[in-house]
Amino acid sequence: MSIIVNHLTYRYNEGTPMESVAVDDVSFKIEDGEFIGLIGHTGSGKSTLVQHLNGILKPTSGSVYYDGRDVFDGDFDLKVLRSNVGLVFQYPEHQLFETDVFSDVCFGPKNLGLSKKETELRAYKALKLVGIEDDFFYQSPFDLSGGQKRRVAIAGVLAMEPKVLVLDEPTAGLDPKGRDDLLLSLKQVKEETGCTIVLVSHSMEDVALYADRIIVMNHAKIVYDDTPVNVFRHYDKLKEMGLGVPEITSAMYKLRAAGFDVPTDIITVNDAVDAIMKIMRA
Amino acid sequence: MLRDITLGQYYPAESVIHRLDPRVKLFGTLVFLVSLFITDNFIGYALALCFLATAIIVSKVPLSFIMRGLKAIIFLLIFSVLINLFMTRGEVVVSFWKLSITKEGIYVASFMAIRILFLIMGSSIMTLTTTPNNLTDGLEKGLGFLKIFRVPVHEIAMMMSIALRFIPILMEETDKIMKAQMARGADFESKKLTKRVKSLVPLLIPLFVSAFRRANDLATAMEARCYRGGKGRTKMKPLKYKKRDALAYLIIFAYLAGMILVRRFF
Amino acid sequence: MEIVKTKNLTFDYIRRDEDGNVEGITTAVDNVSLSVKPGEFIAILGHNGSGKSTLAKHINAILFPTEGTVFVDGMDTNDDKNLWDIRKTAGMVFQNPDNQIIGQVVEEDVGFGPENMGVPTDEILERVAESLKAVGMYEFRKKSPNRLSGGQKQRVSIAGVLAMHPKCIVLDEPTAMLDPIGRKEVIRAVTALNMVEKITIILITHYMNEIVGADRVFVMDKGHIAMEGTPREIFSRVEELKALRLDVPQVTSCAHELKKRGLNIPDGILTEAELVEALKNVYHS
Repeated sequence: MSIIVNHLTYRYNEGTPMESVAVDDVSFKIEDGEFIGLIGHTGSGKSTLVQHLNGILKPTSGSVYYDGRDVFDGDFDLKVLRSNVGLVFQYPEHQLFETDVFSDVCFGPKNLGLSKKETELRAYKALKLVGIEDDFFYQSPFDLSGGQKRRVAIAGVLAMEPKVLVLDEPTAGLDPKGRDDLLLSLKQVKEETGCTIVLVSHSMEDVALYADRIIVMNHAKIVYDDTPVNVFRHYDKLKEMGLGVPEITSAMYKLRAAGFDVPTDIITVNDAVDAIMKIMRA
Repeated sequence: MLRDITLGQYYPAESVIHRLDPRVKLFGTLVFLVSLFITDNFIGYALALCFLATAIIVSKVPLSFIMRGLKAIIFLLIFSVLINLFMTRGEVVVSFWKLSITKEGIYVASFMAIRILFLIMGSSIMTLTTTPNNLTDGLEKGLGFLKIFRVPVHEIAMMMSIALRFIPILMEETDKIMKAQMARGADFESKKLTKRVKSLVPLLIPLFVSAFRRANDLATAMEARCYRGGKGRTKMKPLKYKKRDALAYLIIFAYLAGMILVRRFF
Repeated sequence: MEIVKTKNLTFDYIRRDEDGNVEGITTAVDNVSLSVKPGEFIAILGHNGSGKSTLAKHINAILFPTEGTVFVDGMDTNDDKNLWDIRKTAGMVFQNPDNQIIGQVVEEDVGFGPENMGVPTDEILERVAESLKAVGMYEFRKKSPNRLSGGQKQRVSIAGVLAMHPKCIVLDEPTAMLDPIGRKEVIRAVTALNMVEKITIILITHYMNEIVGADRVFVMDKGHIAMEGTPREIFSRVEELKALRLDVPQVTSCAHELKKRGLNIPDGILTEAELVEALKNVYHS
């Protein structure tokens, strides 16, 4: 069920003096079961790009293929696409509208035309996946805490049982605890459902820990598409783009510059500690 | 699309009209609108056309830009012309099928068309040359006398100005929520009316919730910055009449006098 | 005299049902006493729900204590007649950049506060120009706020407070909704105000790397002050911070682990440079 993005370009306000290119001739392929981090700062085009993956935006030129078929050729059912490629927008809690948590999560599967039983089953599973306890099911979603609201909103997309889950800055505005909990549940979702995850973020630290592939966007173009370690090798360039590398990777570069013989392809604190101890013992 | 509507949009340019005090422009527009209704002959409309044309030329707003604004009311225009054309009784000029066009009908319909056209063009000249802030300032100061009748002029102006600031934000938000619900399989393009209305619930509720949250935040932020109504407030850019404003008033009064004379003597 | 002083401050949120009967009471701030000296840069850390925002709103007299007292520049916030003087003395910047900008043009928004205070026109213009320059937004003065980035919007909000000539600025999670670039812009502007203008800063945040420049840090948890000290003192207590599930900068965390494994490294390493320095010392001894 791979997704292929082929020479995709998207312009805002086409044909007006305010025209601007948001995505510029971008091509890449998403394979089954990947965990991709899509990084770029505000205005780099990453949010616009992901809205093409489920057909919410139509490219100005270029195409998107899902499972080998062109998504925008007219007879492709976009509803089916949207159930297969779940897109969680930024601040997804702003989309909650039902009187209770459970009905809100049912909205997605209900729109797919599933039976009541199947709908409820899926909603239940989705809520469990993101760690919402039964006690909250019949509360108003508006009475929950910020972190809980966001989980419920994500469950609303998960309940459609997408094969690809795309999340646009899911941790924005959460505190460190909320952020860690959320990222951890995403990892669990991936393990339990085997879905592909595309995580859009501007935090290198978040993505480094979970993604097995990182795509970096800058000025509407893809500049790097590689494993985290390989992407972080472009230390200077990433810094220039205002993105940087994880703090610990940066520290390893500084140590190396100061004459310590440490590797620089390190992205977690534990690995850093091991590497430093190794040279210190020698 | 919403952005095609140029009606009421500010058009930045350097012109005398742009620099006029908003109160003058408000008054001038009012006079112009009134004058259109006191006129009952073509000489009056010719005079109005002169006034309007001068204003447009002086304002440096391209005519094509103003015309584009008229697109929004083209249906209204055609509709009212047709109604008047066919519904007015009198001396029949042409008739076909069950309809007939009368001499009086042509007369009334063309009057109507001119009136609507002038009305829209006249008021768009005001909004095209006045920034929304300036306009609210003008309303607040210009209608200040209403305060003695306990009309909350300052509050109304403040509300207008806040609304103008938040409209683009709420539009963007609407777009975002719509997309988010579409990602959950919502269908906003259903052909069936009942279904379509129902499909608006997942859009409107989050929008209201958000609007209320914003209003609440904004109220707190305004209070934190010592806002307590119009009393005791000073202005960063107070409105002050200049020489050109006096001159503009003179021209407006002269025009009004001209229109009244035309009505009396022709 | 302290610029801000709270004495046994307690605040309860009271939830009522439709008939107005009390349904439940949540104590958001629980018996907090603290004092801030003029010119200090204070950071308050804590989770959502730790009571830090509730505490902040007391300093601007938006909320009033259920029990205890709050003094701002010697004025009791419970006394109605002090209300507007308190709000002039302690300005406040909020989290959401969109929901606190009132003007449709940058400079008009900055002028909003002084207008409310009844400052004469000429002086407003001066104050607006000054404040916008102080946060590096002067060149944007004629722009619509809708065209600015999040970081720029927050700097406009700071300028808006600055134009009221406050002695103290309280910032309630000003960076929570910004990207890393915007976050840096805001912290840089705030730090400059503290250093150059000597304005007291109370910065509420949950990002640990933003508090490195503070004079003193309070860590709040469940309405209490759980920890207090200089950033270095706070960052020396890595285990406690982790128990409160707060973020520890990766460098600090790394140094702490190295120390646990037997390296002779000082506590509370805050920057990459300090880590390099400490390791050099270990290596050469």
